[in-house]
Amino acid sequence: MTEEHQGADQPENAPATLDPEVSAVGERHGMFGVTGSGDTSGYGGLVQPIVFPAPAHRPLEGWHEDVAAALDTALADAGVAHAVESVVVHRGEVTFHVRREDLPTVARVLRDDAALRFELCSGVSGVHYPADAGRELHAVYHLLSMTFNRRIRLEVTCPDADPHIPSTVATYPTNDWHERETFDMFGIIFDGHPALTRILMPDDWPGHPQRKDYPLGGIPVEYKGGTIPPPDQRRSYN
Amino acid sequence: MSTTEDLYAGTSDTTEGRVFTVTGQDWDQIAQGVAEEADERVVVNMGPQHPSTHGVLRLILELEGETVTEARCGIGYLHTGIEKNMEYRSWVQGTTFCTRMDYLSPFFNEMTYVLGVERLLDIEDDIPEKAQVMRVLLMELNRISSHLVCIATGGMEIGALTVMTIGFRERELVLDLFELITGLRMNHAFIRPGGVAQDLPPGALDEIRAFIALMKKRLPEYAALCNANPIFKGRLENVGHLELDGCLALGITGPPLRAAGYPWDLRKTQPYSGYEDYDFEVQTWDTCDSYGRFRVRLNEMWESLKIVEQAANRLAGLEGAPVMVADKKIAWPSQLAIGSDGMGNSLDHIRHIMGESMEALIHHFKLVTEGFRVPAGQAYVPIESPRGELGAHVVSDGGTRPFRAHFRDPSFTNLQATSVMSEGGMVADVIVAIASIDPVMGGVDR
Repeated sequence: MTEEHQGADQPENAPATLDPEVSAVGERHGMFGVTGSGDTSGYGGLVQPIVFPAPAHRPLEGWHEDVAAALDTALADAGVAHAVESVVVHRGEVTFHVRREDLPTVARVLRDDAALRFELCSGVSGVHYPADAGRELHAVYHLLSMTFNRRIRLEVTCPDADPHIPSTVATYPTNDWHERETFDMFGIIFDGHPALTRILMPDDWPGHPQRKDYPLGGIPVEYKGGTIPPPDQRRSYN
Repeated sequence: MSTTEDLYAGTSDTTEGRVFTVTGQDWDQIAQGVAEEADERVVVNMGPQHPSTHGVLRLILELEGETVTEARCGIGYLHTGIEKNMEYRSWVQGTTFCTRMDYLSPFFNEMTYVLGVERLLDIEDDIPEKAQVMRVLLMELNRISSHLVCIATGGMEIGALTVMTIGFRERELVLDLFELITGLRMNHAFIRPGGVAQDLPPGALDEIRAFIALMKKRLPEYAALCNANPIFKGRLENVGHLELDGCLALGITGPPLRAAGYPWDLRKTQPYSGYEDYDFEVQTWDTCDSYGRFRVRLNEMWESLKIVEQAANRLAGLEGAPVMVADKKIAWPSQLAIGSDGMGNSLDHIRHIMGESMEALIHHFKLVTEGFRVPAGQAYVPIESPRGELGAHVVSDGGTRPFRAHFRDPSFTNLQATSVMSEGGMVADVIVAIASIDPVMGGVDR
């Protein structure tokens, strides 16, 4: 890589190539969140990839490897050896990306295996990545092992067209309300949940408010004859 | 006047049976009406506007006589879309939103969010010592005020009005300290990514020391009033029973978990903000009931007072030390000044940016309007709030605003235990059981 850059025929100001070590989930256009002729700064044509930390290579460092290895063994015993698609380590936090059909097995193994013992689930958090084609909706689970004093994160994705993820309530009853909230806010349907109904929004509410395509719903503010648009329609940095 | 003519408390027949609307003081009519029905089973909607439900919580109780056979919660009445709103504001402005969630413990909301942002920025090790100590000081004062409200309102709900009045009396002292230090009694937005908004004002340490001395006299009053009080114990003991395995399955943390005998406290087990440097004990109780949770909270106030004392002593040696990270691309350049009408603009700073340095003006403008960019990724740094594990799942896509901020609020999770704690008990004990969870609906509904 460095040798190529030092080559005489390499143009000095060529656009940087994307490091293959990151995973891109979209692009950022311009600098100021405006399209068309609104941006006179000269940055209107700027295109930057939105990159998230890339999967780590095994072996991981420290106790992360202990967990990953124990999980590998336990999952192979449970007959779902390839349930973990990738592992991301970022800022000292480890994230296991799990195939959605295997989530209940993985959760049960994580809770019950003697080398893992993730007794407590800190709930489900949904994230909507509209640009992540085929995996728009993510459900993120934070697990805590009180026995070993470790925290890990599970991430499961599902496409917008088929927003189904198996429920984990059978393993972690605490996720009852958390899954209802994630369904309420993102429209992810947790198959096998005992009573998947809205929890924060009214029962007859249309749409799922935390999705990125759902508007904030503000109204313009008038002040001395001028009008300020609601926050989601303002010109803003991105 | 017959009940059917009463505009506000009428009866009506539905397919499910007769429905009574009760607004208070008309229990005789209900008792009469129910006596006419052969079936003993009554479904009662308690709330959402009911003084004993800690805010706008709706309880749907199915009763057989006075025994609760089923209890369900209806929540969402205080949902204000704070998490959604945060996605449209800068990273610093996020603290202003999240501080309003659990309004009894605002500093904890700010703290867990800020810790997540700092982890993504990779500046966790750069936070100045004084900022860390001030955060601990404010959080522990906040823990005292939050526990005081829990004990005060819990006492009020069972008729112990003296506990309520003295609880709010002491809480007022804590709020006065908050006002002195941050300028506001609630909703401070004082803990910011990189440190805290402002240095301690002059005289604050003396006020804190006076408060500690006063609290050491007044905290024993709660023990004297409640600990061995036969009525108090009669209402709380063996009510809202939840064992350790039930706590873990339901994700219950905080005082209910410690009242089940498990010394799990994130300040000890996964220290943040330098908690490992303070001398304090994790308080537990072994009764798994509301009384145990009360005793845990009472003892935790003593421990918090110990930490406040140590933090105040450390702050005395840190006069003039920075309270914000040195990185000028993160720290706001202005320090607010105290004027005759409270906290406000710093005249020195305005003179500098308006009269002396164009670059300083541009820098100020860019940092305040655009804010800083946070590297893409996600972080979850939970802390021990007065109610249990409070954590913010902070996701950044590399922009100037949070891509997603989700709060795991302990009130929300702990409230799931309502059914387990109340079913099979008396209807009056439902109130005690819920008070022992200490839910704050602002945090539950966000």
